[in-house]
Amino acid sequence: MKLKINGKSVDVQSGPDTPLLWVIRDELGMTGTKFGCGIAQCGACSVLLDGTVQRSCVLPVSAVGDSEVTTIEEIENDPVGKRVVEAWVDKEVPQCGYCQSGQVMAATSLLKSNDKPTEDDITAAMTNLCRCGTYNAINDTIASIAGTDAAKAGDAQ
Amino acid sequence: MNDHDPKISDPGYPTGAPENVSRRRFLLASAGITAGSLVLGFGLSVAPNKAAAAAQKMPPGANVPAFLELRKDGKVRLLSPFNEGGQGVFTAMAQIVGEEMDVAPDSFIVENAPAGSDYLVVYGKMRITGGSMSVRTSYDTMRKLGAAARQMMLEAAAKKLDAPVSDLSTEPGKVVHKASGKSLGYGELAGDALDQEVPSPDSVTLKDPKDFKWIGEPVKRVDVYEKSTGKAIYAMDAKVDGMLHAAVQHAPRLGLKPGDISNLDEVKGMAGVMSVHKLDGAVAVVAERFWDAKTAVEAAKVDWQEPSEDEKSKIRYMPADFSTEEFAKQLANTKGDGTEAESEGDIASGFDGAAKTVDATYQSQYLHHAQIEPASTLARFNEDGSLDIWLPNQAPEQFQAQIADAAGIKPEQVKVNSPMLGGFFGRHFLYPAANPFPQAVQLAKEVGKPIKVIWTREQEFLRDPLRPMAAVRFRGALDDQGMPVALEAISACEGPTEALNGHNPDKVDAMAVEGLTGKSYAIPNRRIAQNYVENPTSLAYWRSVGHSMNDFFYEAFLDEMADAGGQDPYELRMKLLEGNERLTNLLKAVGDLSGGWKRGPFDAEDGTRRARGVAMASPFGSEAAAIAEVSIQDGQIVVHDIWDVLDPGSIVNPAIIKAQIMGAATLGTSEALIEEVAYKNGEPTARNFDYYPILGGARAPRIHAKVIESGAKMGGVGEPPLPAVPPAIANAVSVLTGQRVRSMPMDKLDLKKG
Ligand code: FES
Ligand code: FES
Repeated sequence: MKLKINGKSVDVQSGPDTPLLWVIRDELGMTGTKFGCGIAQCGACSVLLDGTVQRSCVLPVSAVGDSEVTTIEEIENDPVGKRVVEAWVDKEVPQCGYCQSGQVMAATSLLKSNDKPTEDDITAAMTNLCRCGTYNAINDTIASIAGTDAAKAGDAQ
Repeated sequence: MNDHDPKISDPGYPTGAPENVSRRRFLLASAGITAGSLVLGFGLSVAPNKAAAAAQKMPPGANVPAFLELRKDGKVRLLSPFNEGGQGVFTAMAQIVGEEMDVAPDSFIVENAPAGSDYLVVYGKMRITGGSMSVRTSYDTMRKLGAAARQMMLEAAAKKLDAPVSDLSTEPGKVVHKASGKSLGYGELAGDALDQEVPSPDSVTLKDPKDFKWIGEPVKRVDVYEKSTGKAIYAMDAKVDGMLHAAVQHAPRLGLKPGDISNLDEVKGMAGVMSVHKLDGAVAVVAERFWDAKTAVEAAKVDWQEPSEDEKSKIRYMPADFSTEEFAKQLANTKGDGTEAESEGDIASGFDGAAKTVDATYQSQYLHHAQIEPASTLARFNEDGSLDIWLPNQAPEQFQAQIADAAGIKPEQVKVNSPMLGGFFGRHFLYPAANPFPQAVQLAKEVGKPIKVIWTREQEFLRDPLRPMAAVRFRGALDDQGMPVALEAISACEGPTEALNGHNPDKVDAMAVEGLTGKSYAIPNRRIAQNYVENPTSLAYWRSVGHSMNDFFYEAFLDEMADAGGQDPYELRMKLLEGNERLTNLLKAVGDLSGGWKRGPFDAEDGTRRARGVAMASPFGSEAAAIAEVSIQDGQIVVHDIWDVLDPGSIVNPAIIKAQIMGAATLGTSEALIEEVAYKNGEPTARNFDYYPILGGARAPRIHAKVIESGAKMGGVGEPPLPAVPPAIANAVSVLTGQRVRSMPMDKLDLKKG
């Protein structure tokens, strides 16, 4: 089966039911996309499918079809993704970092569809779990990318 | 990842077999470094040298070449005795060593050191990443290490420049000879510096703290780019040539043993399956791809067998009728005065003259660590009989010994690789049946190939050792002014340390009662005690350990006493701390940070009815205070804001400490509101985040963090900001409902009834 991923078309041998996550990690050897729960609860496995965030642990590779898959390995080649990564580094969002590939993908997806998200938009879109508790930093960083963070200045004393 | 590193001079440590390029490339990648940049910069000092020879007599933390590698491009590779798992310790180590060595923290590449006696820098004799101990127990040692390295730079430069050391000085990354205007970058000295004699730690001069460039500054994390782009490598990501995957199905109850697999042929015939194995308390399937292994092992119908009575006595056996509901009752009904942990004054006389008394029983729940990276282990036996192993761990030397046991080889034949941790919170110590390495070792032996075992979330939660449950019986006495004059707390609990090391009937597990003990309030008659109650579950250290529940109990009960005495809880704490400058300053600071103490209830701008609660804690050598603001909407608690102030005495990186406060306060909120591991019929009712939810962004409070440097002895930072948070929430909720909150998680309370 063919898979369009990170701007390339690759041949994939894994069985059709194999979730995209394991094709990416095991067969294609890209480990930036993480495994956390396997049941679409945590978001560590988030990738973009035609620019929209998807949880790859529950997406059979056969269901990807013609869609264009983007993983964290490619995210800096996307103009929005690049800005997200730069802001993530600048604001030092990650703690352990394990959830952060997924967080960056989710933030990129949000900002691609809505470049001026409100606080509620951000909360609604950013549902990935982070056990290290970076939620405030994630929300503030997205607001800073969108330029909607003026009201927040000085809040995280 | 250090087997090719000739500078690991501990004579007991193997140098390993020669490696091919692809393996080296993996090893480099496992350090979060792209192979290209590393190969270019690879400027090692040479093998057995003067320094290494001298180092054999050195105390832990003194053997400079075991810790540092200089690269020709001026980068410095630092092998950290502590593992990075989000707490920022790699950055802190770079700051501390860099400060004395005169190297900017961003010039460091930091990795976790292998197992070895040089790295036992916690109090100079052991090594764990935990207990919020890393920086505070190794601060002087690591500063001296940096100073010794600088001294070696100066010696090497003196020879090259043919000038006396006394004429030389350093600037960040270089040695300068003022008289001639010449300078030599550390990279230029890479070949020679680590061959210099290693100065004894006692002989070096440390900087005057007023001259610090980086210690105390919000220096950027050294690994933030890798962690933002999926380039950081965790145990889950480890791989070697020829590796196969294994998935396991654990026995539903601890202690059960695998009998027949009734559909064995079917399982063997499933896609990709290479072999099926029976392990201790589990079955495993090996396949080239993890998904195939997982699908097959989950399909296996295993006849789980009860252990014999003799076997039961040697393990923690989970009986088929265990339920947490019943166990909670058992704890609450445990009678007896308990074994005394702390006592002051005379508890009986305190109650004799009391104007009023208060009684209450408080309870806590089992908790999962729920780090987002489930456990995994990659094991590879080499031709010479040695074993390379990659696994998440907080104590490499301890794991090395047990892995050697499991593999039937000597500890020095086990090379422990400790990749970055995808969160830990106490998860990755040695706990019986909770670490996948025995499975990986056995499978690698049986299959004859490198094996990577990954635990799915379900298998992880089934073997994750838990934060203990406890029930604490309180009674308090007040005088006619409403001031507390006596307080007794008797906890029915098993502490994590006695759960692991065995219970001593004459002693209290300090970690079972910490947070009931160690309080600074001037209550003249106090008694804290423990009644030991054995658990059938495995128990663990969990972020802030005993404090994670005991400060909740104590600080919420203190509010009960305040109410009984007609006192404001903030003012009462202030009075009970009178004369304690550090703690009254702290309490004042958290009040100020929140805009001035107000308990409420009050109406917020958005029309919600809100209240605030305050609490304090003295964990791990630090002091903390928190205020929480809550409302109740549709019968559910909403935590709007938490003001959390930490006084760790003195600090290394204020930005990282603030991040730790945010993280700890978030976890404390999650514990307080949502989390509970429940058992029915000997099995957990939740195996994944669907039925064991943890706090997500939608319910995360806004956290306002502040760090105070009182100048007291340096305390911990990773755990201490947590314990004051759950009681601050509980105390705020009580104001709104008029009902005391005496148990967690609070989502189980029926708030509609108010
Ligand atoms: S691993 Fe896919 S959502 Fe958790
Ligand atoms: S940064 Fe550790 S889980 Fe999010």
